[in-house]
Amino acid sequence: MTTSEAPQQSTREYKVVGTRPVRPDGVEKVTGRARYGADINLPGMLFGRIKRSPHAHARILSIDTAKAEALPGVRCVVTHDHLPGASDEIVDLGETVSPYKWILDNTLASDKALYQGHAVAAVCATDPHIAEDALELIEVEYEPLPPVLNVHDAMADGAPLLHEGMRTVEMVARFVPGEGRGERFTNIASQLEFEQGDPAAAFADADLIVEGEFETAAAHQGYIEPQNGTAQWNADGTLTVWVSTQGPFVARATLSRMLDIPLSQVKVVPMEIGGGFGGKLPAYMEPLAALMSRITGRPVKMYMNREEVLIGTGPTSSTYVRCKLGAKSDGTLVAAEATLAYEAGAYPGSPVGAGATCMFSSYDIPNLYANALDVVTNKPKCQAYRAPGSPQGTFAVESLMDQLAERLGRDPMELRAQNAAREGTRRADGVVLPTIGAQETMQAAIDSPHYRSEIEGEYVGRGVSMGFWTNAGMESAAYASLNSDGSVNLSVGSVDIGGQRAGLAMQFAETMGIDYQQVRPQVVDTDSIGYTHVTGGSRVTYATGIAVHEAALDVRRQMEQRAALIWETEPEQVAYGDDGIIRGPDDQQLSFSELCRKMQQTGGMIQGQADVLPNRPGPAYGCHIVDLAVDPDTGKVDILRYTAVQDVGTAIHPAYVEGQVQGGAAQGAGMALSEEYLYSDDGRMQNASLLDYRMPTALDLPDIETILVEVPNPGHPYGVRGVGEVPIVPPLAAIANAIHNATGLRINQLPASPTRLLDALLDDAE
Amino acid sequence: MTTQTSHIVVNTTINGEPTVFLANERDSLLEALRDRIGLTGAKEGCNNGNCGACCVNLDGRIVNSCLVMAAEVEGSEVRTVEGLADGDQLSPLQNAFLEEAALQCGICTPGFLVAAEALLEQNPDPSEHEIRYWLAGNLCRCTGYDKIIRAVQLAAGQGQD
Repeated sequence: MTTSEAPQQSTREYKVVGTRPVRPDGVEKVTGRARYGADINLPGMLFGRIKRSPHAHARILSIDTAKAEALPGVRCVVTHDHLPGASDEIVDLGETVSPYKWILDNTLASDKALYQGHAVAAVCATDPHIAEDALELIEVEYEPLPPVLNVHDAMADGAPLLHEGMRTVEMVARFVPGEGRGERFTNIASQLEFEQGDPAAAFADADLIVEGEFETAAAHQGYIEPQNGTAQWNADGTLTVWVSTQGPFVARATLSRMLDIPLSQVKVVPMEIGGGFGGKLPAYMEPLAALMSRITGRPVKMYMNREEVLIGTGPTSSTYVRCKLGAKSDGTLVAAEATLAYEAGAYPGSPVGAGATCMFSSYDIPNLYANALDVVTNKPKCQAYRAPGSPQGTFAVESLMDQLAERLGRDPMELRAQNAAREGTRRADGVVLPTIGAQETMQAAIDSPHYRSEIEGEYVGRGVSMGFWTNAGMESAAYASLNSDGSVNLSVGSVDIGGQRAGLAMQFAETMGIDYQQVRPQVVDTDSIGYTHVTGGSRVTYATGIAVHEAALDVRRQMEQRAALIWETEPEQVAYGDDGIIRGPDDQQLSFSELCRKMQQTGGMIQGQADVLPNRPGPAYGCHIVDLAVDPDTGKVDILRYTAVQDVGTAIHPAYVEGQVQGGAAQGAGMALSEEYLYSDDGRMQNASLLDYRMPTALDLPDIETILVEVPNPGHPYGVRGVGEVPIVPPLAAIANAIHNATGLRINQLPASPTRLLDALLDDAE
Repeated sequence: MTTQTSHIVVNTTINGEPTVFLANERDSLLEALRDRIGLTGAKEGCNNGNCGACCVNLDGRIVNSCLVMAAEVEGSEVRTVEGLADGDQLSPLQNAFLEEAALQCGICTPGFLVAAEALLEQNPDPSEHEIRYWLAGNLCRCTGYDKIIRAVQLAAGQGQD
């Protein structure tokens, strides 16, 4: 059963916000007509494929493409030498900031292959089967090197180095490198330290200290649609690219940079996207498709198969976290400390800074220290994955909170609520929390039917966990064109990954005081809208929501002027009401639709537009409760009941908010129980298929009950907080804590797969 | 390695329409539907039978079309997501997916619809467990399945077909 409680805090009455209309892209998606990237088919189109390294770490001695080029049907083969030259220039491409050379090398390897699956060459041919055959004819000579496959080996003295000359960058903040560099050459790409208060003194003063070491495996974002891109180089030097991306403007920047053409010459057309979860922020194949289109003069389509998605695109980091909490005997947290080492994969950029920021942020802890290390290993470069970095660090803290409650003989939720972060609490990274719903979320969990119910049975247990995510703001644009019949075309640049078109149209309709059905939203290409940052950071309904609200206010001002013209009065005498009625002197009034009919006679059609850069995104909190049963003979876990409580600010479209919460919980459950990258000793992924890389199926999951708490974000006109990411955070510890409750075993290494759990049960029995 | 490929004429019925197409001998049914015939509703998610995004109905059975050779469908009846609606009249299952918000990105939706329709044809009143068991061959990464199950239950309650 899915439940959605009435708003607890919202006091405003809305007409459209909070309703559950059908999404504008719904009919296309249930009839098979929606156009995804792979559905593009252009006349004369060629098909591109990528040749990948079989080695986790190898020097590339030579690449011979002659035989492949000679295969009938093959039109071109490209290697790193075809890409424009590398530089040390730092480029900002969405959620990652890195030297251009690394982006270039991850597109096509230059001197070394740094992971199994690393792209070394690309080919295009008249038929996808021929392109596939050509891959086998590309001859690459490698000198295999010893790989480093986990953070411990990577940080050990004498470890093989991935990047010669790499020294540890001392970060001053997330995404902000400082001037300092470590003395030694190393695989530790960067170090970020946070300190608040006096942790050493606070630990000395604590009555109780709990500590532990925690590890999580790499998990893939697992979008069902593989990466794809189709490029058409035009005779006038312009480029059109159809892509499945979370960041059309990021793709445009990458293409412009890699092909060395002006941004204005690149048009990126975002197609419907078949899931992303952070994994479709970077461009992988689009530059290669563009390059080969430039060489051949024909459109080139590229499409990854599933094995390529798993070995060649970013999973999240596998992580190691050592953590310690100190409390007074009354349960008050006084100190916390953590060292986090997150695998970045082949190139720096793990979300370890976010992990250190988020892991403690559910609580008010006055003294804390965190040491966050970004470590390169011979694995695919990790990419953002839903609340990147937070689930792993939070797994450590929330497991320790459970131990603390046990040691103190306290109810685990009551102990959490006692220490809840509140407005004014300082996060680990120094940021002071604004209006948040941590306490409200915890209280709703405590009051929930699930938490108040009894559990019974052998090997049955219950666990809870909090989760935190910062959420993001960043640039968005919106453009609204009014039509004479009272309908509106609303254009945005934010790719719709989970129902945002509906959520944006609803906000526009609310501000205009018109019906949702009057607004037709669409996601447009990069030529057709102002710069809009990625669909990521749970930012679209918030930031692009503010853009459509501002665009609606722009329309309202113009309509007031038009009404003033009609009524021969001053605009100040006219007011556009929230009910969509424009009122003037002498009780004169016009509805939105009536004025639309008069636009052409009063100065022409009206368009509203806005470009915004909002900076008060409103952090998100979730609390999950899980009941599960452990089969002592097999180590298999069955989730019996699951409830996800979340402060969602204001739920614009509650059904789509519930969907985000449920989907995030399911992904977190996968990280907790079944999903992991398994490697051979020489660094080859052993489970690179969706049969062996085990994402939850419908049969693996129970109903996921949702309780939406609404503590409106004062930084948004309707109180929106990002909702998409935080629900992936709590499942890891909630499930591990429930396993402990069921079996008495502490699982500090996830996933708690049947193999791992059975081993633990057998060890415990000995 | 076979690069020189030959082509095969395949006579079939797709969504009730007699259809003749020319298949590359290496084409899967999925490739033929998408690239030769232009029916792009079935999606490629894994190309090895693990995700169900390419699910179609072949002579009354649901199959992963990526695992069926195009040439194999000679004389067969194929039903794809494009054949679920009657003109612009959506099927009860399609309407239920919209009503229950059972899709987010939508890439897995065609496969779920084809699979769920086959379930309801066989078993008009499935239990929740039966629905979850039947749909375990279709992966969805967005929804956590909850609302998909609700949608199938809603369509069943309304008497799909």
